[in-house]
Amino acid sequence: MDNIQRTLLEQVAGLHEVPEGAYNLRINGQAGGRGTTANIDIVTKGDKPGIDIIIKPGTVKESVHIPVLLSQTGLKELVYNDFIIGENCDVTIIAGCGIHNAGDQASEHSGIHTFHVGKNSKVRYVEKHYGQGDGSGERIMNPSTVIDLAEDAYMEMDTVQIKGVDSTRRSTKAVLADGATLLIKEKLMTHGKQTAETSFEVELNGKGSGTNVISRSVARDDSKQVFLAKINGNNLCSGHSECDAIIMDRASVQAIPEITANHVDAALIHEAAIGKIAGEQLVKLMTLGLTEAEAEAQIVDGFLK
Amino acid sequence: MLELRNVSYQVPEENKDKEIIKNINLTLEDGFTVITGPNGGGKSTLAKLIAGIIKPTSGSILLDGKDITNMDITEHAKLGISYAFQQPVRFKGITVKDLITLAAGKSLTTGEACHYLSEVGLCARDYIGREVNASLSGGELKRIEIAMVIARGTKVSVFDEPEAGIDLWSFQNLIQVFDKMRERTKGTILIISHQERILNIADRIVVLTDGEIAGSGSKDEIYPGLFTGESVCSALV
Ligand SMILES: Nc1ncnc2c1ncn2[C@@H]1O[C@H](COP(=O)(O)OP(=O)(O)OP(=O)(O)O)[C@@H](O)[C@H]1O
Ligand SMILES: [Mg+2]
Repeated sequence: MDNIQRTLLEQVAGLHEVPEGAYNLRINGQAGGRGTTANIDIVTKGDKPGIDIIIKPGTVKESVHIPVLLSQTGLKELVYNDFIIGENCDVTIIAGCGIHNAGDQASEHSGIHTFHVGKNSKVRYVEKHYGQGDGSGERIMNPSTVIDLAEDAYMEMDTVQIKGVDSTRRSTKAVLADGATLLIKEKLMTHGKQTAETSFEVELNGKGSGTNVISRSVARDDSKQVFLAKINGNNLCSGHSECDAIIMDRASVQAIPEITANHVDAALIHEAAIGKIAGEQLVKLMTLGLTEAEAEAQIVDGFLK
Repeated sequence: MLELRNVSYQVPEENKDKEIIKNINLTLEDGFTVITGPNGGGKSTLAKLIAGIIKPTSGSILLDGKDITNMDITEHAKLGISYAFQQPVRFKGITVKDLITLAAGKSLTTGEACHYLSEVGLCARDYIGREVNASLSGGELKRIEIAMVIARGTKVSVFDEPEAGIDLWSFQNLIQVFDKMRERTKGTILIISHQERILNIADRIVVLTDGEIAGSGSKDEIYPGLFTGESVCSALV
């Protein structure tokens, strides 16, 4: 690993060196190292690029890191990662993609992550996207996530994209069985001429299933964001989605809520709020001695914390 | 010392401008001044003028002889004016500790930040990490608002109805907070209040009615006349 790659790794995974536990490191489309444990196996796919991560039933308090680093300009890749998680597990999965583009050609990473979460298992999935480099080439990331939660499974998905990704199209689709719960938290900041489209579609098929999809975003400069949250309640279930966006400068933010109840006991709520920073918040911080720009930075940082 | 010279504040209305503050002359010496008067009398407007949140349409404001009339909010704050709002502002994601730290203007240990909260009777451990959002009660927000002014420790402190929403049990502590503050800053403390017990600790009481100073003086001079004003609306009589 060179210094640029080290910075990317630090940004997307908070790691300085090879992590503990199971991991798979992908650097510029090549294998960059792998570690497995007694309970977690990682196998390279035979038919297409990507890996299978197989977690044995009953695996608890273990983690998997699968960072992807791109530092070569013009590289485009499409990777399939399948997570097969047994019953009664409690695991953390940390994925992330960092692109450094110093050249003039677009670098692009598209990852298709599929989760099969077994009965009664608990998964925390953290995904962080980061871009840097002063080349004119775009940094593009298009993550797709497909989630299948078995009975009483619980999954929490945290996605963060704060800096440097020019264009992103995120699609997340989930299907929930009886008693399953899915919590999604998205944090997004766009600036310059960036565009970000995110779509979350959740099928609440199971009795007693529930989801909460929360997005907080800040759009600055000339950037554009589209947020789509679609929840179908097909049983006794509860669904809530919330989009809370701060709009600045000449940016544009669109929130498209869609909730459909196909069952009389489906309780679904959508909330969306888009607005500029409240004037009274700026004034309050300025009365503490901050300049307007400092106040704005504090409010944005807090909002995305 | 803070001086207001011929200060007026008008807002444009359909037919003619509405005058909210009418040619006020007021000198605030070190110590406690309590401003009281009927709702809508112009008290909060006066506080906002002092904090630089709004600018007088005419007249000037001087701090220790320096004209600060046209300075912005940040400069007012940096020169040593603090203002605890009548209606505290809520934020998303910003914590109590963040605000206290910003108020103090330097990084604080958790212990130091907690100290300011304890002074306003909040059990610091429960609050320090909380977001200053809609989940805090009105009284809790008011106390945090006061704690921020204590943390700033500036020479001029303005409190806009600090007792509002504060329960009776804590009221005595609030008065102690002001007493301590007077000892520590030796500065000018301006409290906007309707509360008799706060009026009792004033060195000077100013009555603001309909944008004008209707009276000013010591408690004994002002107090007797306070509650004998004419009825608000003669049509009701
Ligand atoms: N921006 C504005 N535009 C129009 N009218 C205003 C504006 N700001 C204040 N006012 C009016 O000026 C008057 C004084 O308001 P202010 O908030 O200063 O009163 P106050 O003395 O603090 O009252 P209270 O005791 O209820 O807090 C009120 O009639 C109010 O409606
Ligand atoms: Mg008021």
